[in-house]
Amino acid sequence: MAFFVRRISRAVITLCVVLTIVFFATRITGDPVMWLLPDDASMEAIENTRIRLGLDKPIHEQFSIFVKGVLQGDFGTSFLHRRSVTSLFLERIPQTVKLMSWALGLGIVLGIPLGIIAALNRNSALDRFLMTSSFLAYSIPNFVLGIFFILIFSLTLRWLPSGGYGNWRYMIMPVVTYGASHAGLVARLMRSSMLDVIRRDFIRTADSKGLPRHTVIMKHAFRIAVLPVITLIGLRLPHLISGSFVIETIYAWPGAGRLIIQAAKNRDFPVLQYAVFVTAILVIVANLLVDLAYGLLDPRIKYD
Amino acid sequence: MVERDKLLDVQGLKTYFETDRGVVKAVDDISYHVKEGETVGIVGESGCGKSVTALSIMNLVQGPRGRVAGGKIMYTTKGGERVEITALPPYSPKMRAIRGSEISMIFQEPMTALNPVYTIGEQIAETVCLHQKVSKKKGRERAIEMLELVGIAAPSRRINEYPHQLSGGMRQRAMIGMALSCDPRFLIADEPTTALDVTIEAQILDLMLHLQEKLGMAMQFITHDLGVISTMAKRVVVMYTGHVVEKASVDDIFYDPRHPYTKGLLASVPTLGRQERLVPIKGTVPNMNELPKGCYFSPRCQEAMDICHQEEPPSYQLEGDHIVKCWLWEQEGVRLP
Repeated sequence: MAFFVRRISRAVITLCVVLTIVFFATRITGDPVMWLLPDDASMEAIENTRIRLGLDKPIHEQFSIFVKGVLQGDFGTSFLHRRSVTSLFLERIPQTVKLMSWALGLGIVLGIPLGIIAALNRNSALDRFLMTSSFLAYSIPNFVLGIFFILIFSLTLRWLPSGGYGNWRYMIMPVVTYGASHAGLVARLMRSSMLDVIRRDFIRTADSKGLPRHTVIMKHAFRIAVLPVITLIGLRLPHLISGSFVIETIYAWPGAGRLIIQAAKNRDFPVLQYAVFVTAILVIVANLLVDLAYGLLDPRIKYD
Repeated sequence: MVERDKLLDVQGLKTYFETDRGVVKAVDDISYHVKEGETVGIVGESGCGKSVTALSIMNLVQGPRGRVAGGKIMYTTKGGERVEITALPPYSPKMRAIRGSEISMIFQEPMTALNPVYTIGEQIAETVCLHQKVSKKKGRERAIEMLELVGIAAPSRRINEYPHQLSGGMRQRAMIGMALSCDPRFLIADEPTTALDVTIEAQILDLMLHLQEKLGMAMQFITHDLGVISTMAKRVVVMYTGHVVEKASVDDIFYDPRHPYTKGLLASVPTLGRQERLVPIKGTVPNMNELPKGCYFSPRCQEAMDICHQEEPPSYQLEGDHIVKCWLWEQEGVRLP
């Protein structure tokens, strides 16, 4: 219990610092009004817009309005969409989560077994093949792989739609594109972690009991070997947001990623602030989940 | 001696490892046997091939780098069948049925030899359930029984604890309980007390002697400590750089050592009441990649002759079952093939 109180109070402090930084950082980028109005807008129109958006007030006053809003759960209204940012995100986030969780799931489901197989066949041709392909999978940038897929599967073979939102066929390419990089990373880490664990003394003990090889690996080695992989997945969770920028842009997927990219281009401060807020929460939750998973898998770790 | 008296018979075993700098002959043509119910001690400095011999018996020398390159290990099962262990694939059902049930092993580091994420009870019950095909409940009962046998207080509570919650001595007791849970006929103890305090060491040795008497199993006791050997073993095999340099009864080894290396080992053991200074063996164990010509011990040997630096000595049989691999016994001993 004390553990949770400590974690939550630390999380609140982190959020305050992050929100303060992002508030001022966005405002350094320049004046959003320039982007919202046509080039030939009159001085009067510019001034009116500035008043409407509350940008005419001195910065400390803007900040106190922002803080008051946040405390009431109100993150303001999007400059561009003229709607509350919370409702904007509520509409978009499920789409992003859907895509990203499939991609992450694919990465785990593919990466963990492949990593184990590579470790058990260390230095064989199979191991080399798996490690080369996983290296490629996570080092090729998403946008390159994405465009390549569109070129082959949409434009040449005409099997899959090149983008947009719809049934499962629309999801295949974005999920595979993003999942591939996760799978590559997970496979490589799983392999090295497994190789490290199967050299330990207690594996020799398990072998000396006469257990079948698969029991030795899956029961005795896996539970310890998977710990660093869980850390990695936890650390990657927040990347799902930044990853969605590229993937959603390539495949015209109507998720939060595209919303944020659009906001960044247009200096839509409230949207950006909320995006950073959501990301920060995700980082905090992901870290907490990793710690809890460790506690479940390794009895030496206890929280109190 | 009749062949079937030998519970374990190691015949000309060679276990080699491929390394980047060439083949390391960790065990090179060694022979010895263990009879039912007896304890054979294997002595030598670190890196002489003691542990590799043990792993070869367990058939756990794993490729692609390590392999049994020659010789064989014969084992007589509870059913009276003579099995050639070295001919079985390491994970074949037949080999697995021997490992943990017929032949068990306990290791040097009780700290790292137990799996940190399973309770002591789970780890003992696992072996029992595997070999005796009993329910989890029965396995658990057996685990409690074993902990009691090895002298752990409140066993029904202890089985729910994880290795990190136990002291070093307790862990080694649990390890012994685990190894003995399926009534093995042969126990390999690989330096089981090296990592423990001296007082705990005495307790563990005492326990092992007691259990051996009670359960009537044979034991191969590996150690670098001659003092431990004198209390545990009836016969002793002295190893140096993968060779057996001397084999004899424990009395012969202590009171009538023939190999200069054995003499050196004895001279470096402190004895109560002895006034003279300890004499260490000069030099160090040679690197297994750069073994000297002739007898591997010759560069460190006080009594080395010319031939010792030129040619590897054969083994000689002396009176009784005393065997020594040293040129000094060319006249007196009977040369063995």
